[in-house]
Amino acid sequence: MSTPSRYWREIPQRYRLEANKCNRCELIFFPPRLLCPECKNRKLEKTKLTEKGKVITYTIIRVPPAQFSDQAPYAVGVIELEDGVKLTGQIVDCAFDDIKIGMIVKLEFRKLFEVGHAGILCYGYKFVPN
Amino acid sequence: MRDVAVIGIGMTKWGELWKQSLRDIYVETALLALEDAGIDRLDSMYIGSMSSGLFVGQEHIASLLADYLGQLPVPATRVESACASGGLALRLGFMEVASGMSDIVLVSGVEKMTDVGGDEATYALGTAADQEYEGYQGITFPGLYALIARAHMQKFGTTREQLAKVAVKNHHNGSKNPLAQYPFEITVDAVINSVKVADPLNILDCSPITDGAAAAIICPVDMARKMGKPLIKVTGSGHATDTIQISQRKDMTWLEATYQAAKQAYAMADKKPKDIDLFEVHDCFTIAEICVTEALGIVDKGKGGEAVEAGLTALDGISPVNTSGGLKSTGHPVGATGIAQVVEVTKQLRGEAGERQVKDARIGMTQNMGGSGGSSVVHILERE
Repeated sequence: MSTPSRYWREIPQRYRLEANKCNRCELIFFPPRLLCPECKNRKLEKTKLTEKGKVITYTIIRVPPAQFSDQAPYAVGVIELEDGVKLTGQIVDCAFDDIKIGMIVKLEFRKLFEVGHAGILCYGYKFVPN
Repeated sequence: MRDVAVIGIGMTKWGELWKQSLRDIYVETALLALEDAGIDRLDSMYIGSMSSGLFVGQEHIASLLADYLGQLPVPATRVESACASGGLALRLGFMEVASGMSDIVLVSGVEKMTDVGGDEATYALGTAADQEYEGYQGITFPGLYALIARAHMQKFGTTREQLAKVAVKNHHNGSKNPLAQYPFEITVDAVINSVKVADPLNILDCSPITDGAAAAIICPVDMARKMGKPLIKVTGSGHATDTIQISQRKDMTWLEATYQAAKQAYAMADKKPKDIDLFEVHDCFTIAEICVTEALGIVDKGKGGEAVEAGLTALDGISPVNTSGGLKSTGHPVGATGIAQVVEVTKQLRGEAGERQVKDARIGMTQNMGGSGGSSVVHILERE
């Protein structure tokens, strides 16, 4: 089991959707990076992700990894946000048959999984129909 | 740079090898390669292994395996690039021989995957993805390829049947390979009606969990010539990387690392896709083979599904792909797969592939891929 630092270190991204942006290339990075891979600029500005986007691909996970075994089956998609950032995340609160490529979704703060008995509760974002 | 030849190969029957440990599987296989080459000493060893730590709780396996192979104190190096670890072991060995640093090098791979349960194996394989931003969201390895498959179907009209035909083709080839884990034919219906794993991929779209190893001995061509060996030369080598998070790629249906690695290998060997007589590629999932055939330039972008349906990549097609049975039928002990591809191509170029022999095969390519395409290693082998 990992120490809690592994989880709280990512809180700014997972809870508050903090990203950063290269002011030369206008590219937004999530999770934030230390340098822009395009122009190598190291002076990146903090920004926040937009919370709406569309599904560009998805799957239904039927055989889950151990920590998600109580949740399967569940949908996971890649969502392109309005600011152009693409994220991987679960699509919830809708029937599997209703999920379509192009569907508009929004980000919500949710519990993702628990690390073992009496372990850490791991939070982050999921996508729900808009 | 010195020219490099493959002078020995070794592989045993793959499968769920409950009675054998990682070290037993490895040594048995490496000894076959040493015997095939007719040598008993090595200058160096490379061992591809994705995750001996998570699968059997053992790191530091390079020294362990050098010891059990009776080769101490030779330098031994473990190589890791997820499922491309084996291919990368060949590339590093190739560079060591080509540079003049060493003459006789064992390039090999091993994975012992059945000492853990299914969910732990799923977790271990999943570590090839971005753990903090893909794994954390509940995605699995088949899930990542399912995301690619859905995007490919949407963009190019690739069908569920075309995906199934990759598995059917590779099982047909594998039915002629006595070392394959699952050496039997399957049907399109069986694939489409098999248990769902990550829609649209079913269990028969996925390569299996496998215990196994593969080994090859390489040396300078001049030395191989003096030994009177059939000359199988490594004439092209390429290696490239891409984001390991698929969502961060500009186009999720395109395997840029594979394209880049192939470009390097084609340039080094001065060859084009149509010059290659057979390909061993990374069909960890049916969609992977479709995308790889596009990235290697065997077919145009978006045409991988049509190509398998038209029989272009069949054993008797214009560009046979996965004559061994591929990962799908032969098995996929992740670290060993890239070297097993070299074993198959060498057999084909020597004319020793039995019922699955490609007539007059002279030039072959191997393509080994890590994760969902975050790394790729490509080699071209030629018979002189």
